Amino acid sequence: MPTDSGPGSGVTGPAPNTTPVEPSLTACEPDIVETEPTVAAPAPRFTAPEPTLVAPTPPRRGGREVIYRHSVAVRITHWVNVLVISLLLMSGLQIFNAYPRLHWGRFGADADHAWLEMTALNPDADRPTGVLRIAGHQITTTGILGVSRGADGSIRQRGFPSWATLPGEQDLATGRRWHFFLAWVFVINSLVYLLFGLFNGHFRRDLTPSSEQLRLRSIWRNIVDHIRLRHPTGEEAKRYNVLQKLTYLVVIFVVLPLMVLTGLTMSPGVDAAVPWLTSLFGGRPSARSIHFITANLIVLFVIVHVVEAFLAGIFNELRSMVTGRYTIRTEAHP
Amino acid sequence: MTRLRLSRRGLIGAGAVGVGGLMLAGCNRLSASPSFQNFIGGAEDMTFASQRLLLAGQPLAREYKSSEISPIFKSNGTSMPSGDAYRALLDGAFAGYRLVVEGLVRRPSQFSLDDLKGMPARSQITRHDCVEGWSAVGGWTGVPLGHLLRTVGVAPRARFVVFRCADDLENSLDGSGQYYESIDLFDAFHPQTILAYAMNGRPLEAPHGAPLRLRVERQLGYKHAKYVMRIQVVDRLDNVAGGKGGYWEDRGYEWYAGI
Repeated sequence: MPTDSGPGSGVTGPAPNTTPVEPSLTACEPDIVETEPTVAAPAPRFTAPEPTLVAPTPPRRGGREVIYRHSVAVRITHWVNVLVISLLLMSGLQIFNAYPRLHWGRFGADADHAWLEMTALNPDADRPTGVLRIAGHQITTTGILGVSRGADGSIRQRGFPSWATLPGEQDLATGRRWHFFLAWVFVINSLVYLLFGLFNGHFRRDLTPSSEQLRLRSIWRNIVDHIRLRHPTGEEAKRYNVLQKLTYLVVIFVVLPLMVLTGLTMSPGVDAAVPWLTSLFGGRPSARSIHFITANLIVLFVIVHVVEAFLAGIFNELRSMVTGRYTIRTEAHP
Repeated sequence: MTRLRLSRRGLIGAGAVGVGGLMLAGCNRLSASPSFQNFIGGAEDMTFASQRLLLAGQPLAREYKSSEISPIFKSNGTSMPSGDAYRALLDGAFAGYRLVVEGLVRRPSQFSLDDLKGMPARSQITRHDCVEGWSAVGGWTGVPLGHLLRTVGVAPRARFVVFRCADDLENSLDGSGQYYESIDLFDAFHPQTILAYAMNGRPLEAPHGAPLRLRVERQLGYKHAKYVMRIQVVDRLDNVAGGKGGYWEDRGYEWYAGI
């Protein structure tokens, strides 16, 4: 047993895990330069004050038009985020695993009520049963949550499985080192994005819904279009639709800041310096719970984001996020 | 066209999984590399510098009402040091206990528990935040470390205060060391940094570090050394035990545990 108020199960992980399994949300594909049967129209170079989101080039045969969609700042910060958020998530799950229970309020430890818990029902058995307890319900999750097979093949009690955590084995100290390093990279990357967004008009031009987009009727039409998986063409395709804009705005200005602030709230140093933040979230255990929920919202956003990118045409979408150029169809939707 | 798309999609999917897998394997390998650990550990310096900036005015950690105390305060790590010496002290209600204060001080001294209880005391109800993620609220009474340090007189060269604990060799995880911790003078002279001999209005019990435990509010639980037997004032940490300034620090955890 460790001595004093030490971090228990921390540092005794065996050899590093090298399982190359990654069911990841990381859409960090290699640069895909597909041979689209189109004539590549020269994209306008990125210059600071772009007049519109789309700098149109003349329509070409076949009803296709290549527009310049993403500034270099958006593209770089996007791909940095793909990498950093994936690793933040995985190192975050490593940290969560050190104490896989969540509480609300001022305090929360073993003896206190947990609203979410991952545990083993019979931890010493040959084949223990892993369960997720959430808000009074219990779900058997052996193999995934509570109990799972490690990289070395042994079945163990752990919150999230080793393929989802960084590092793979239980190693809180290294998980924390990764997480705080990545958190700094994330914050710096976000500041770069926010500054560019403010100064080159990205937020105002690309993300702020127009008053006509915000009419109930057009929002309703947009919802129906999403359900029918119908994607806009022509002029409408040159800008984000209203659900897209609202989602990006919520993620950028609510979800991600909430992630950073709840993360900071868990720091006892920050709590002493900025105690109102802890009060705002209702206590450190509450902040930890919100941090966890917000992380899940980000995962949900990424899944929808990637699915939508596939539905809208993954090559076109990927190309636009790599080169900035985006092809739109000018004819009516079939 | 559709067929082509599907196969391309498959390719992308396989590519993503492949890249992801390589990335994961790469990250795990990087985790094992000391030089990479040092590199990402550089962020710790940024965290430390920013927190010192935030805490420059020496604000107090949040204090709670007695009605807000955790019903059960979790005892983590050691709950009973092994070894006859500690057992004898415990059996004698710590009448034979002497806190040794030595190192870069003008008057190296020893204090009995009664000596410490006779000094000015501070009581505080604070939240204990474990690095693992749990929190517990408890009340502590003890002598401010700053008062003790002023009593013995700190030499100008001094930079750190090291706490040596009663946990003996056999009791550590891998048998390699005694529990110890260290803080710098910035935290040592903070009004809430106390050597606590009472918890929730009762004498400190063995599971919580009797007879004396450090409270260094604004840092994580592993800094709050239990069973403090000896205090050494030093100018450097690299020649103390494992060289990283603490038991868990020698095992990979950050020396500055404000986050």
